[in-house]
Amino acid sequence: MAPTTYTDLIASVRKEVKEVSLEELKRRLDSKEPYVLVDVREKEEYRAGYIPGALSLPRGFLELQVEQRLPDKTAKVVLYCAGGTRSALAAKTLAELGYTNVETANPGFVRWKDLGFPMDTPPQLTEAQRDRYSRHLLLPEVGDVGQSKLLKSKVLLLGAGGLGSPAALYLAAAGVGTLGIADADVVDASNLQRQIMHATSRVGMAKVESAAKALQDLNPDVKVIGHEERVNSSNVARLFNEYDVIVDGTDNFPTRYLVNDASVFLGKPVVHGSIFRFDGQCTTFVPESAAKKLGIASGPCYRCLYPEPPPPHLAPSCQEAGVLGILCGIIGTLQATEAIKILLGKGDLLVGRLLTYDSLKMKFRELKLRKDPECPVCGPKPTITTYIDYEGFCAIG
Amino acid sequence: MSTIVRIPAPLRPLTGGKDEVSADGGTVGAVIEDLETRHPGIKDRLLDAKGVRRFINIYVGEEDVRFLNGLGTELKGGDQISIVPAIAGG
Repeated sequence: MAPTTYTDLIASVRKEVKEVSLEELKRRLDSKEPYVLVDVREKEEYRAGYIPGALSLPRGFLELQVEQRLPDKTAKVVLYCAGGTRSALAAKTLAELGYTNVETANPGFVRWKDLGFPMDTPPQLTEAQRDRYSRHLLLPEVGDVGQSKLLKSKVLLLGAGGLGSPAALYLAAAGVGTLGIADADVVDASNLQRQIMHATSRVGMAKVESAAKALQDLNPDVKVIGHEERVNSSNVARLFNEYDVIVDGTDNFPTRYLVNDASVFLGKPVVHGSIFRFDGQCTTFVPESAAKKLGIASGPCYRCLYPEPPPPHLAPSCQEAGVLGILCGIIGTLQATEAIKILLGKGDLLVGRLLTYDSLKMKFRELKLRKDPECPVCGPKPTITTYIDYEGFCAIG
Repeated sequence: MSTIVRIPAPLRPLTGGKDEVSADGGTVGAVIEDLETRHPGIKDRLLDAKGVRRFINIYVGEEDVRFLNGLGTELKGGDQISIVPAIAGG
């Protein structure tokens, strides 16, 4: 006979679903057994604390979202709620949707907490932040956890010029909590064709100050730290040590090499972008020292790619070169994308790949970068172990 | 055998502004020699006494010739050579 009351319904469901005790769940968690743990409580309950590793899929959205979130219907899944009832009902639903390996925890999170078993608390975002970052929060690859990581992250932008402008604007918009801007220049009218972070009303102002105004107006969550200095061998370590990721948008060879060597010495990932006329290059350098800290794959460094800078007389003549302003937007936003991916730990980075862009032909190409076993700085027998101040030459700013 | 060589912006004054030129040769080194006869001065911009200059990379397809056989890297029909110099603008 079909169940007629709530009690009947639950009793009949409990007979159909497979239950797992909290002690067994804890054992699996401790031994890192592979299974998908799903919290079917409401978002507000989840935000107050959840079992580590659980993904949040409230029962009200279960049928709508489960196939997207759990595409493998044969995967081992354990559902839980506060007391075990909602998760039992959810387990029945998943079975009806064709999931073959579903269990439900009995009882649930309330008891789990009383037993003193481990729990995580999702980062606390304010209502204003939930609103501001809502399009990020909807992405499973970002979500509350990723957004909170971004808010706690620190990125150093070297140069508040063509590349630094779009990169800084997007990183600020994305809610990267601390942005350092290193630049010793002041805003010039000739910058505004490409350096979109600055403004006509701020011509003559220090770029770091102009940047702080623009970024804080865009997103007051972001703390902007201005470093009104040119990066050199005496300040590079102090600057780098404060940050998680370096976005290199500098405008000259000596600094590019200094940045690379510091990245290897100090274990900091560098997102490299460079431009010339209509052409741009972008890649990400993750030295072994940084890869270990970040838990990502390491790759070649800038000196593996170009062991030495060109002598001044063979460097492209910068003053006469010119640059298509928009090109900066393309390359700078590629750099910002890489920085965000490093911070989130998601996606495939441009490590070991040089992306080149020809804006006239509208062609992107990808070239392989290999670790040079004889690299003078990141190889097994380095010959460069201190910072080098190369002879300075022109800068297009 | 004719190979297409992609010329980067800083070297285009030597190729009359062309961003792609063709040159003959069975190896990367031979192609550069032929480029020199067609566009005098280009070899010196690419090579020094030790080989490919250290701020320039020459790719055959997606691979850097430094990790193949250098200037001795042999070319197959349809290979494309790209010259990719370090650029520093920001």
